[in-house]
Order: sequence, then structure tokens, then C-alpha cells
Amino acid sequence: MNGVHDMGGMQGFGPVLPAAHETLFHADWESRAMAMTVAMGAAGQWNIDLARAARESLPPAVYLSSSYYEIWIRALEKLMLERGMVTATELQSGQMSTPPVPVARVLNVQTVDAALAAGSPTLRPSVRPALFAVGQRVRACNMHPQGHTRLPRYVRGHTGTVALVHGSHVLADRHVSRPLPPFESHAEWLYTVVFEGPALWGDAADPQTQVSVDAWESYLEAAL
Amino acid sequence: MSDHHTHGPEESSHLSEMDIRVRALETLLTRKGYVNPAALDRIIETYETDIGPHNGARVVAKAWVDCDFKAWLLSDATAAIASLGYTGRQGEHMVAVANTPEVHNMVVCTLCSCYPWPVLGLPPVWYKSAAYRAKAVMDPRGVLADFGVTLPEKTTFRVWDSTAEVRYLVLPMRPDGTDHLDEAQLAQRVTRNAMIGTGLALTEAV
Repeated sequence: MNGVHDMGGMQGFGPVLPAAHETLFHADWESRAMAMTVAMGAAGQWNIDLARAARESLPPAVYLSSSYYEIWIRALEKLMLERGMVTATELQSGQMSTPPVPVARVLNVQTVDAALAAGSPTLRPSVRPALFAVGQRVRACNMHPQGHTRLPRYVRGHTGTVALVHGSHVLADRHVSRPLPPFESHAEWLYTVVFEGPALWGDAADPQTQVSVDAWESYLEAAL
Repeated sequence: MSDHHTHGPEESSHLSEMDIRVRALETLLTRKGYVNPAALDRIIETYETDIGPHNGARVVAKAWVDCDFKAWLLSDATAAIASLGYTGRQGEHMVAVANTPEVHNMVVCTLCSCYPWPVLGLPPVWYKSAAYRAKAVMDPRGVLADFGVTLPEKTTFRVWDSTAEVRYLVLPMRPDGTDHLDEAQLAQRVTRNAMIGTGLALTEAV
């Protein structure tokens, strides 16, 4: 989706403002929001790409005017509402009025550490050879899917060079095709593709800039 | 709130609204049996104390003193980093990229906030900000200037946009004049920003 989340190369946001005195969380609710998002991810009713899709499809004005953990909370509520895990009335009141939906896993103090240390690897065995090799010229497809994708707009239609080949990884675009487990886990070869700054940004670019994205095979076509 | 400049949308009245909303949500999810509050406490404690940039600093310092480890880190970062005990969520597939006098690396996630949690912890607000996500891929030299750092004009800027599940760690250059330092002292010179590429390792002890 050509959403506002796809921010590479947008202008007008001003300079980056590092904080003089950083804190990990700016309010208690931020730490609870982070922890609930992690814990509910582990519950297994969606995957990381479904979570990203939920964030990206928030109304653009809401996305842009929300802090990051606020985006997470809005998306978390949306994911649970969509799956009938909570109702809007329950979210308002905090009171349970419908029974819970069975979930794959509920993290407890004993299982948190192992779950975080394991993560969710996306590397899968390759079932066919890679189409592209390091050093090969490739063009990012000029594609504009309605759904979730991880090919940023700023590289589409541009030609770059394969720098790394990462093996076959679960393709984000198809990882969202089923809302509930078992999820679609089709894997494709994943490449780091490097673009010269001027190829992306024209005269505005510092000629000494190179930018790479990690792109699945179906995002790319061979180029001269 | 110390960094309200980077936190524009959250005015204090808004904060309390979110506070109420998130409390109601936690109460509900707990009653439904979807989350366990003690597990949430443990997740927060993990990222407040156990997992943070000190992990990445240890990786970098080891690479500075141990050529074999550096070679391993640059060829198979996932395994090299795991050998120090750092694995898991948002660091399942790691790549380390080394700065040189000619090339400066910078890591961004233009599409969301992908970040190597096992080695750097949770991302800072600026990393998730629209300004950084928008600007890093177009004007990395300008981003570095926003952090008060200038590199020679001939330096190539190499920006890594984390668009899949590979996470990047920048191996900064070891500062001059640190030959006498041991690994633990060197780790003190490795800032989080140096491992993202929005800063350099410290030339002096802090």
C-alpha cells in the first residue's frame, strides 16, 4: 500500500532531533504498550507482517499525528477487534463482557526469556536456486499493491546492484494473506540491492551516497 | 518529559488519555487471560536492564581487539553475536557492516522501526521519527550533521534500509589513541549512535 508509513525521501519533516536526555519510556503507558504488543504477538493470533499491515493502514492523519507507541496500541486494538478477541465496548470499559478466544500461547514469567531469545526467524530452506547473484544489475519493479509490501516507493522502477544474498525468507506480502494461523509462509530469495544516490534522487543527491533495501525476488527483475 | 521536541504529538493531556486507554486495555487483556501482568513486567525489565546498547558495545569492542572475531562478525554476524549470548527477537538475522576511512554506514527503517533489539535494545524516539525515516535515505550527510558530526566530503555514505527481517549493526572505527585500553574499556567508547551510524565511537572516555 502506498501509505504514509513509506517515508523514505519525504520532505518537510525538518531536521532529526536527538534528545538531550533520553529515557527509554516517557510514561508508564509506553512501557506497558510495548510489553503488551510483544506479549500479544507471542500469543500467535497474527504475525509481524499482519501487525505492520495494521499499523500502516491506520488513517494517514492518525498515523502522522500519533507517537510510535500510540500507533502500536491503536494497531493492537484493531488486530484484536478484527479477530473478535475483544469488543469496542470492552476496550472502552476494560470490563470483560464476552468470553476470550483461545490463543496459541500466553507468556508467563517462566517463558518470557526463552520466547524473546528465540524470536521468529524467517529463513526457510530454499527450494530452488537464486535467480540473481552478487554483482548483478536488477530493477525494482514498478508495483503498487493495495496490500502490505516491503518494497519502498523510492526505489521502485530504479536499477541497482545485488550486494548480498540472504537465502530464502518468508515473503512479507504473502505472510498477510491469511489473518489467522496457520499463516501463509511462502518463502523467496531475499537480496540486498544497492542503489546509487543520484539514480534515486537525481541532482539532489550527494553523489557519494549509496542506499540499499532488502528486496525479495518477486520485487526485482533482471536489468542491464 | 525531557525530549518534547521529538515527541510533538504527545501533549501532557494526551498522555493521560493514553494512560487511561492503555490501563483499560491491560485490565481487559488480563481478565481475558491473553496476557499475564508479571510477564509484562519481565518484558519491560528485560529491555530496561538486560538488553540494550551495552550488548552491542561488547560485540564491537571484541571485534576491535580480536581479528578472528571481527572476520566472523563480518561474514556471519548472527552466529558471531550469538556466541556472546545475544539472540532472538528482532535480531534473528544479523549483518554487521564496518566503517572505514572511505565508507560510513548508516542504518534506518523507512517503513516502520526495524532495529536490532538483541544488541541495541529498543530504538530511541528519533530513530522512529518521520524526520529520520524520511531523511536518512536521501541526505545521510545532513542527518549526521543533525547529530553534530561532519565527515570528509570524499566519504561515501552507505545507507541500509531495513526493509525485511535482516537487522544491521554498524561496526564503527576504533578511535585513535586507544591502543592501551582493554576490551571492557573500549566498550565504554562505543555509543549506541555509533552502532546505528548517526555517531562515531568516542575518542575520549566519558
